Amino acid sequence: MDKSALISDFEPTNDNMLNILHRLQNNNPNNFLSTEDLKLVAEYLNTTYSSVYGVAKYYSMFSLKPRGENIIRICKSPVCHMISSKSMIEVIESVLDIKMGGTTSDMLFTLEPSECLGHCAQAPVMMINDKMYSDLNADKIKEILEKIKNNNSTQ
Amino acid sequence: MIKEQKIALVNAGKYNSESIDEYIALGGYNKVKKVLQKNPVDIIDLIIDAKLRGRGGAGFSTGLKNKFTNESVCERCVQKYIVCNADEGEPGTFKDRVIMEQDPHVLIEGLIIAAFAIGATKGYIYVRGEYTKSIQMLRVALQQAKEKGFLGKNILSSGFDFELEIKLGAGSYLCGEELTLLESLEGKRGYPRIKPPFPAEKGLFGMPTLINNVETFAHLPYIIEHGAEHYKSMGTEKSPGTKIFTISGDINKPGYYETPMGVTLRSLIDDLAGGMKDHKKFKAALLGGAAGTFVDDTVLDTPMGFDTLKEKGAVLGSGAIIVMSEERSIFDMVYSILEFFKHESCGKCVPCRVGTAQLMILMDKAKENPSERDQILDQLLYEADYMAKNSLCPLGQSPILSIKSLTQFFQHQF
Repeated sequence: MDKSALISDFEPTNDNMLNILHRLQNNNPNNFLSTEDLKLVAEYLNTTYSSVYGVAKYYSMFSLKPRGENIIRICKSPVCHMISSKSMIEVIESVLDIKMGGTTSDMLFTLEPSECLGHCAQAPVMMINDKMYSDLNADKIKEILEKIKNNNSTQ
Repeated sequence: MIKEQKIALVNAGKYNSESIDEYIALGGYNKVKKVLQKNPVDIIDLIIDAKLRGRGGAGFSTGLKNKFTNESVCERCVQKYIVCNADEGEPGTFKDRVIMEQDPHVLIEGLIIAAFAIGATKGYIYVRGEYTKSIQMLRVALQQAKEKGFLGKNILSSGFDFELEIKLGAGSYLCGEELTLLESLEGKRGYPRIKPPFPAEKGLFGMPTLINNVETFAHLPYIIEHGAEHYKSMGTEKSPGTKIFTISGDINKPGYYETPMGVTLRSLIDDLAGGMKDHKKFKAALLGGAAGTFVDDTVLDTPMGFDTLKEKGAVLGSGAIIVMSEERSIFDMVYSILEFFKHESCGKCVPCRVGTAQLMILMDKAKENPSERDQILDQLLYEADYMAKNSLCPLGQSPILSIKSLTQFFQHQF
């Protein structure tokens, strides 16, 4: 895919920096920004590579390393924490056999912590890519992850 | 028995938020028509007269902010901007999400009104990147508003131009702070700026900028339609109007409830949120999220308003209420909050970068040595006070709020 075409509808101004980085990352099957991506943005916005790198590195939603196809963002805000999100993290870690921040060897899942996801009335919650999953418990998490795995193997 | 009374959420849930026609059928966008025929100064006077205060947490007069931005002049100011702060990240808060998902048009209408009042021709809605549904709803709504001629050039043949764009955040809590948000909008790292100058003077790209929270903008169409007197008839004298409270934790019906300002915590919990879960005893509530204060049952009957809570040593903040039953540990909650600040400190200024880490070292020490907690609490207070006095932005100034409220209400439960 031609990456320049992907971002050509943005005005080449700095205020589009984050939107452009989101677009590039979302279109990467491994959910990350490569060195080439950052160089492309620097050139497109007529700025330095270091300033694009600095921005990409600062924001937690961007990754400079390849990640799984499905990004799990588990909410660890005070509310989810109080209503047991810590054990939810342990459940995911044990089901996927990875640690927080890690990616499964089949590149299917990456587990990341997230600050308050704004669904405190249905705590504990997590997001997988664009989708929100609420009122979690251990069984529900296992079921959700199993379903994604199965869908993947039938594709 | 109190009931909900709606301003920001008056249309939420009443129409399909992907249909502008349904919004227009409810009387939507007729406030824009009304406003475009007025003198901008009269609109600002109306907002000042209504005593609308910012719903993002600080509670500053929205009308005065409009006035300052409108009157702001500088030699090279070729453009004024309007920015909507939709980077909702305060733990326990989800009111802006509900507005954007269920009634995105009221926000757009509020933005057009404010833009016309201050003479801004360009606006941005900065939404946090994780709010995927809000982003989707706003995109649809924005497109439809453009097609109907409420945005763009020469709106409704009035000669007023206004372009509105959506910008995405990318996972930084700090970008919810207004000056940091402006840095981020400019395509930079989310580092706070020194204040003053305030955004009204030098905001986005150095130009006069009006920046308000989603809920604040959502009040404007209502004020235009019903007038200042009607607006002031709700709420308290110093904090008129309504407020969306988002209640979570140990209650039967967690959720969002919009009521007049001045409602008590007790009514919110008992009348709207279905009372305490499993009939457990109320122990504490964290008001205003992580950058907020703990309160005990002595505050249950205090009217919830910016000033009334302040008198009690508490804050209203964003309207977040996290209810804790007798079984919850205050210490664990404080631990979680301070861990959050350590993670979100941007590192630009030393007192906050070192301070948030120092607070966690003390918390770990307190965790291991429960007998020394009294003494450690004093040290926490000293550190947090130092941070509050020396940090650049509200993040470094926040830990003192919860720690101080601990010493006030829960000295012996730490």
